Parts: sequence; C-alpha cells; structure tokens
Amino acid sequence: MSPLTTLTPLTVKKPSPARNRLRGGARYAPTLATVGLFIAMFAVGSGMYPSFLSGQVFLNLFIDNTFLIVLAVGMTFVILTGGIDLSVGAVVALSMMVSATLLQQGWNAGAIIVLVLLIGGGLGLLMGLIIQYFDIQPFIVTLAGMFLARGLCYVISLDSIPVTEGFFTGMAQAQIPLPGDLFVSPGVLLALGIVAIAFFVLHHTRFGRTVYAIGGNEHSAMLMGLPVKSTKILVYALSGLCSAVAGILFSFYSLSGYSLAAQGMELDAIAAVVIGGTLLTGGTGYVLGSVVGVLVLGIVQTFIAYDGTLSSWWTKIVIGGLLLVFILLQRLFARKTR
Amino acid sequence: MKSLLKHRLAWPVIALAALLLLNQVFRPDFLSLRMQDGHLYGSLIDIMRNGAPTILIALGMTLVIATRGIDLSVGAVVAIAGAASCAYIAASPEPGSPVTAATAVLIAVIAGLALGIWNGFLVSTIGVQPIIATLVLMTAGRGIAQLITGGQIISVSNDPYKSIGAGYLLTLPISILITAAVFILAAVLTRRTALGTLIEAVGINPVASRLAGLRSRNIIWIVYVFSAVCAAIAGLMISSNVTAADANNAGLYIEMDAILAVVIGGTSLAGGRYTLVGTVVGAFIIQTLTTTVYTLGIPPEVTLVFKALVVITVCLLQAPKARNLLSSLKAAPKPAAKEKVAI
Repeated sequence: MSPLTTLTPLTVKKPSPARNRLRGGARYAPTLATVGLFIAMFAVGSGMYPSFLSGQVFLNLFIDNTFLIVLAVGMTFVILTGGIDLSVGAVVALSMMVSATLLQQGWNAGAIIVLVLLIGGGLGLLMGLIIQYFDIQPFIVTLAGMFLARGLCYVISLDSIPVTEGFFTGMAQAQIPLPGDLFVSPGVLLALGIVAIAFFVLHHTRFGRTVYAIGGNEHSAMLMGLPVKSTKILVYALSGLCSAVAGILFSFYSLSGYSLAAQGMELDAIAAVVIGGTLLTGGTGYVLGSVVGVLVLGIVQTFIAYDGTLSSWWTKIVIGGLLLVFILLQRLFARKTR
Repeated sequence: MKSLLKHRLAWPVIALAALLLLNQVFRPDFLSLRMQDGHLYGSLIDIMRNGAPTILIALGMTLVIATRGIDLSVGAVVAIAGAASCAYIAASPEPGSPVTAATAVLIAVIAGLALGIWNGFLVSTIGVQPIIATLVLMTAGRGIAQLITGGQIISVSNDPYKSIGAGYLLTLPISILITAAVFILAAVLTRRTALGTLIEAVGINPVASRLAGLRSRNIIWIVYVFSAVCAAIAGLMISSNVTAADANNAGLYIEMDAILAVVIGGTSLAGGRYTLVGTVVGAFIIQTLTTTVYTLGIPPEVTLVFKALVVITVCLLQAPKARNLLSSLKAAPKPAAKEKVAI
C-alpha cells in the first residue's frame, strides 16, 4: 500500500536471523522487565497478604487508574517522537472543572463531553502548532500550556464543585459484571478501548510508523519524505485529546471538579511511560508497556494501602526508586545493543 | 538602534522595562523607595526579595542548561534542605541559638552538595539523560522531605535563622545580598576563568569537547552540584522566611519558574551560550508579572493565565523563526539547518 509497507520486509531482512532475534529481544527487554516486576510485586503481595491474590485486586488496579492509563497512552505518542507534554495534568483538571461547572448549569452531559474533548484537543493542537512552526522546545510550550490550563481552572472557580448529574453518577456507580464474581467499571472498558486503538495506530498505520521514525531520527524521517510536520502537531493534539478523556474519566471517578485536582499527574504519566520501557529520547517503546507501567504505579499504592503502617510519602520514594532502576536497566540494554 | 535591538538581552530588558512602566502608570509611587527604621522599602525591593530564591535557582539552572542539561529536582532539593534544617533546629537542645542556626545552614548546604553529586553522578558517569536523571529526585525528593518532617509542617523560632529570609543588613534584605553574592561568585568564576568557556564547549558539542581533551564529566558534575547547592540555599531562604518547613509546598513549581527565567533571559535549552545577566532579568520578569497582577487589580486567580500568555509571547518574540518572519519583508533569508533539540 504505502511505500513503507513495501520497504519493511527489506529492512528486516538485512541483519542475519540470529542477530535479528537478539536485537528484537533487547528491544522488548525493558518492557518485559516491567511485566516481570509487576508479576513479582503481585506475587510478593499475595505472599504477604492473603486477600491480595484475587482477581478483583488486579481489576481494581485498572478501575482506580483509568485516567492515568489514558494519559499514559497520549504521553507515549509524544515521548516516542522525542517530545514531552507537561500540560496533561492541568488539562485533566480543566476538563473536570468545565464539565462540573456546565453540569451544574444544567447542560446536557453528551454536549459537555464533546465540548471538553474539543477544548483538550484544541489546546493540544495549538501547542503542537507553536512547537512545530515557531521551533520552540516542547518543554517550554507545554509548560506554558500547563500554566494556561491550570490558570483557566482558577478563573472558572476556586472551589470544589460536586457533580450530581445522572449520567456522570451513573457512570461512577455502574459495574460491569465479569465471570467469577468480578466486575469492572465502564471507564475501564473505555480506557482499554483507547489502548487498543493506540496499539493499532502505532503498529499498523502510516501515522504510527512516522511517529517511531521521527523519534528515531527526525532529519532522516524528513528526508524520507514522511509527513513529519503534521505528525508532530497531531501527536500533541492527540495527547490533549487523551488528557480530556482522562479528565472525563477522572470526573466519573471522583464526581467533582476542583482546580487543584490532578496536580503532578503529568509526572505520574511520564513515570509510567518510562517504567513501561519507552526511552525519553524517542523512537523506542510500546503503548502496552506504558499500561503495565501504570499498573506498576498502581500496585505500589495498593501495597502501601494494604500495609497500613507505611505513610503515603513512601509512594513517591518507591516510584522514584523504580524510575531509577528502570533508567539504569535501559542504559545497560542500550550499551549492549550498541 | 538596530544593533541594540539585535543584542541578545534586548527583548528581555524591553519586556521588563515595559512591565515596570505599566506598573508605574497604574501606581505612580511604584518605583519610589523609602527608608523606614533603617530599612529600604518599596515595590522594587519587594520584587527583589520575593524573587531571590527563584533568581538563585535560575543561576544554577543556567549553568546546567548551558551544558545541554536540565535540573528538574531543584524544587525537591528546596523542600529537603528546608526540612533538614528545620528538623535539626526543632530537635536541637538550644533551638534559638546562633550556633544551632549555623549548623542548620551547614546541614542544608551539605544536603544540597550530596544531592547535586547524586544528580551529577547519574548524568555524567552513568550517562542518563538529564531530564530523567533529575526526574528521579524530583519524584522521590518530596517523599524524602516528608520523611524528614514526618509529614508535619515543622515550625521553628530561631532569630538568626529567620534573618536569612526575612532579615536586613545595611538597609537591604539579607536574601538579596546572598543572591547578589552568589551571582557575583558565579559570574567571576565562569567569566574570569576558563570555566565558562568549558561549560559552553560541553553544551555545544560534548563529544568534540571530550575529544579536545576536556574532562566534560567533571564539568557536568560541577554544574549539577552548583545547581543543587543554589537550590539548598533557596530552600533555607524560603523556610526561614516563613520560619517553617513545608515538605509539600516549599518550592513547588520553582523548577518551572527557574527554567522559564533562563529561557526568557535568552539562554537556549539546546545548550551552549548562556547569559547569567539574562537569567536575572528573566527571573525579575517573572516576579514582576506577579506583582503587576496585583497592581493592575487583576483578580489573583487570573495570574497563571496572564503568566502563560506573557511567557508564550516572550518566547515567540525570541524564537528565530518568528524573527525571520518579521524580517522576511525585507529579504527572505534561508533558515539555518535545524538541529534536533534534545531536552
């Protein structure tokens, strides 16, 4: 179909099969390490607390982190191109504020959701345009975006606004039963649906391949005739859209809008992506790895909740420690493959 | 006039002057200073005093950014330094004595040194990207600070300690004097010796500078240690100003303000050439913005929106592409080959 599809077999053929297998293994290694870590943590938890080993504890990791999963998906796209998006936490808060305020004024839930998605996507698009056309670092542009979104939250209201509207509370309380007395929330299905779409887009479309190509070497990607400009802009629009979806999911979860909500969530999203095996330099990583990264962050919190004696700040220290371990692991693999 | 406008400090200085002028128009006594009880008072002094921690951190950040790095951990270092010194004072047998205060300062600076060495180790020896290497401490650091304070806000009452952030010496606030001293030290050390050139060399091309026989590892190590020590001193100022250590909120988002100050001041995040004066101007712009919001009677909740708009405007004005657009009326110069910008 596309010139790339026809080229792919050629580039794969070049290295000898044995070397290729080794390289492929090293490519998956950081993500596999994350999966291994997750299984190990779950096993340790089950050994320490009898009630830990249950399907529901596992599913709760999804239920409690739907918004973070969606954020991590958007962030994976941005980081794969070698950029970064610091605005996501603030956009989540803005989405929550907008929906809570408008719900209070009696707007239709569906209209609000569409509006929130437009705001999030529009903000992302705007940041992408500035990054691309004015050549300012993503770090600075998305930082300004973060100030803007957070500032707009303050402008809307400084108070926490409760959400009592039927559709939102319904989504908050709904449980979708699964076999074996288990259940998930509708948000989980939505989040997993987004992950599936992201997976398909990244690995089976021209856009996805361009994302990887830009992260690998932007200049080469441009010389190959790939649509670098539009892809880079779209990636930020996508991340903004994901932030808006995450904001709606977080509204379902917390049933309120608060201007200080989701503070530092951008760091959690970045940490999840890095722990999931994506290199911050771009070009390498998997969206499924980021999902496992979110689950690892979730299990750390579950651990601390189960323990009961550990204070909440241990979460931060452990996440920092995990980040460190994974960065060092990545360095190790990067050296080996070189 | 044209060559003046082309000077790299032109836009930041114009922006700062415009902001100050705006304030002066709305409040005619804005620029005036007055003496009271042997202390200087006035809006300008307030701006400098409130901006002192940001300026201090931005100075350290400038050198880090000049080596093509970034230090996200400074806010966490602020929290840790404040927590460590206040925890020490609160637990010491003589919580009010000058010796205790001096030891507390020493503890904070040593903590800064240690954290800087840690960051420098990750970046220079292990070779981790600066943004992630310092992300580790940014995430874990606040946890560590909370661990030190036990999750509480530790209040202290120690007059010598309080004077660091709130005291006066020779009619000027001590925090301004400390910041000025660090600025002069940094300027002399990097501009009167080869250190500044070496830092720029590392930032422009790390590989080339290493091949030229430069110990770039040591240079990188030095800038991260300097940045963390600056952050620790800023942490002392912030905690001493409120005579308490708040592990959660002390220095929250100060890394963002510092990075903005550096960028607005005209130092590129891509590394290489840097300007300490520009950074100070940038930090003043950010602090003056906050003051302007109050002067103009804009509701405080709009501050962040205002800040975002000014930041993006200043960045756009500085962006080479925007400048090319402006000057393209005269001639259409070919844009220089773009290099991939690593952050």
